[in-house]
Amino acid sequence: MSRLDVRKTYKLYIGGKFPRSESGRSYEVVSASGEFLANAAMGSRKDVRDAVVAARGALAGWAGATAYNRGQVLYRVAEVLEGRRAQFVDEVAASEGLTVRAAGAVVDAAIDRVVWYAGWTDKIAQVLGNLNPVAGPFFNVSAPEPTGVVGVLAPQGSSLLGLVSVVAPVIAAGNTAVVVTSAARPLPAVTFSEVLATSDVPGGVVNIVTAQTAEVATWLAAHRDVNAIDLTGVAGANGVDWAALEAEAAGNLKRVYRPALADGAPVEPDWNADPGLGRIRAFVETKTVWHPKGL
Amino acid sequence: MPKFEYAPAPESRAIVTIEKSYGLFIDGAFTRPKATFPTLNPADETVLAEVSQAGPKDVDKAVAAARRAYEGVWGRMSGAERGKYLFRIARILQERAREFAVLETLDNGKPIKETRDVDVPVAAAHFFYHAGWADKLEYAGLSASGADVPRPHGVVGQVIPWNFPLLMLAWKIAPALATGNTVVLKPAETTPLSALLFAEVCQQAELPAGVVNIITGDGRTGQALVEHPDVDKIAFTGSTEVGKAIARTIAGTSKKATLELGGKAANIVFDDAPLDQAVEGIVNGIFFNQGQVCCAGSRLLVQENVHDQVVAKLKRRLGTLRVGDPMDKNSDLGAINSKAQLDRITSLVEAGVAEGAERWSPECTLPAKGYWFPPTVLTGVSQTHRVATEEIFGPVLSVLTFRTPQEAVAKANNTAYGLSAGVWTEKGSRILWMADQLKAGVVWANTFNRFDPTSPFGGYKESGYGREGGRHGLEAYVTTAPSTLTGAAR
Repeated sequence: MSRLDVRKTYKLYIGGKFPRSESGRSYEVVSASGEFLANAAMGSRKDVRDAVVAARGALAGWAGATAYNRGQVLYRVAEVLEGRRAQFVDEVAASEGLTVRAAGAVVDAAIDRVVWYAGWTDKIAQVLGNLNPVAGPFFNVSAPEPTGVVGVLAPQGSSLLGLVSVVAPVIAAGNTAVVVTSAARPLPAVTFSEVLATSDVPGGVVNIVTAQTAEVATWLAAHRDVNAIDLTGVAGANGVDWAALEAEAAGNLKRVYRPALADGAPVEPDWNADPGLGRIRAFVETKTVWHPKGL
Repeated sequence: MPKFEYAPAPESRAIVTIEKSYGLFIDGAFTRPKATFPTLNPADETVLAEVSQAGPKDVDKAVAAARRAYEGVWGRMSGAERGKYLFRIARILQERAREFAVLETLDNGKPIKETRDVDVPVAAAHFFYHAGWADKLEYAGLSASGADVPRPHGVVGQVIPWNFPLLMLAWKIAPALATGNTVVLKPAETTPLSALLFAEVCQQAELPAGVVNIITGDGRTGQALVEHPDVDKIAFTGSTEVGKAIARTIAGTSKKATLELGGKAANIVFDDAPLDQAVEGIVNGIFFNQGQVCCAGSRLLVQENVHDQVVAKLKRRLGTLRVGDPMDKNSDLGAINSKAQLDRITSLVEAGVAEGAERWSPECTLPAKGYWFPPTVLTGVSQTHRVATEEIFGPVLSVLTFRTPQEAVAKANNTAYGLSAGVWTEKGSRILWMADQLKAGVVWANTFNRFDPTSPFGGYKESGYGREGGRHGLEAYVTTAPSTLTGAAR
């Protein structure tokens, strides 16, 4: 008789812990070919708010960590991802309907993307900051700082490469994140949260909520203690009006990362393209400090 | 300390010719004045001129002119040639500096020594600085090496406030033109004259028609410009309330925006600070331009053990300030820009007193006509008072205390704004620690209210987004990648 396998319960990841949704709800996640994969927690408005509290609480420590430290932690994420490569290949293949070979390429690209951002942490200030030669006897320097708590609507299609491509730049720059996963393909994100939990990423730095995007996105966009929002995941999300989300974000002047558009409609970007610095630039604030020079 | 008696030393207004009425500056020429409203000298309430209220059709014409100029001339011109136009403009501003200073003081009410020594020369410096960028954008680090040269957005709609009319115009127009955009700019309703004189400068510089268009009017004109479908980018300086409305208006479009909004800056004085210098910084921080400055140091946070000493020195210093005729070269404080602003300042200060703050002003005689408010210090202010949370935008300083650096940081950051902050201490490590902790786009340490074209300016949180000035300021006026492929920051 063959052994009965032990299945994983897919839960939320908030403040370094793995709670179920406070709402008690779950939903069926099926593979690209329609087979049952798991019951995922269906995150609620309250779960999003709890995640924001956790992200705010973690911000001072993460933003205040040295860039060298953040780079090492991100590299550790890549190491642990690599170690669980086979598991991610299975999940990505099932979620996205890819062959094992194609899913392997996606996982490899995701690992390499984390490594790329790990190397950026201690270069951001050097590339985006500078001294300013003001016309007077003053020392004057401009440098980027993290914007704060960033709400991230992760892409609906690319369940792992897309996810790390939107989360890594946010945390590389020293922000903390509240991530709403792909609604239909949430399982790789939950497994990614297990990677984060075992990679010295402090609890609360990344919070992952599996949910119906249309249900929770409005609360995230309107939340007064969220400083910025990435709307990438509106592309392909059912019942989501990104203009309405951007309008909600205006309530406290959140920084908004708009979705890619084709003929005016949101589309998911090509995740294999060179990411560039755009996603880091979008979530930093330039601070300029003056001091007189003199005897 | 006795105030010295000075004879009046008024600057002559003969240098400037003010027309009876002005049209709009569209496509390189002035339209015939219509639907005019008066602009006043706030120091004596006399009418300086009549200016036109631009309606939706005028906005259409201005945007169309800017589009034609972008597609036909400016967007195709080499950076080197664009830069030379900006150098020309900078030189003409320098040549006509006194004329601009006098006009600005008449229309705005601020002292001539400020327009002469700050507003006008710094405006010219902004054009000079950005002129040099026009043919060097590929060196600005805005795109990866080997990638495309940064490209302009197209037509930029710009709406500016009344507190630094010419300087804000320069902050907006210089980077827009340097990067290859064309402009439709709306000056504030109460201070349109220096922008209209700037239109003449554009003519003297032979700037191609339509590259800069100046349309006057009230908030309705600004709204029509912001909502115009053929405007690619909005640059706004003004209140947080209007900034939020603009952010809502452009939601779901491909319009970009930079917003420079309100502030409630903390000016933090530690007990080891050089107190006499700090007092000068406090005075400059809140009484420069009658405190009508978004980055004004309106909350003085003073370490508890030196509170009485600092307040006593401050009061003594305020006793020497001269409030009066803005055209007098000895005036330190001029008039409040408008009746509406004076009413707002008055009602907020009354609210502060009602909530328990103690109000003090030096003895000074205010002119009988015009809009005037004396330099005012409110002591005993607590964090929940309206005068500690709301932007007053007037010559009113709220004084609070703290005991530890951590408490100073917590109180300084306890605001929805995040534009600027000041720190006064002799201890270098503490300055750098404080600078790290303060959530503000500009931190002035042992100085305050310094501005320079090379130095980026702009806020955190509800003080808006985007930076103006410096290498960072260019970012808001260019695009480096097709947003259809990658998404992009607003």
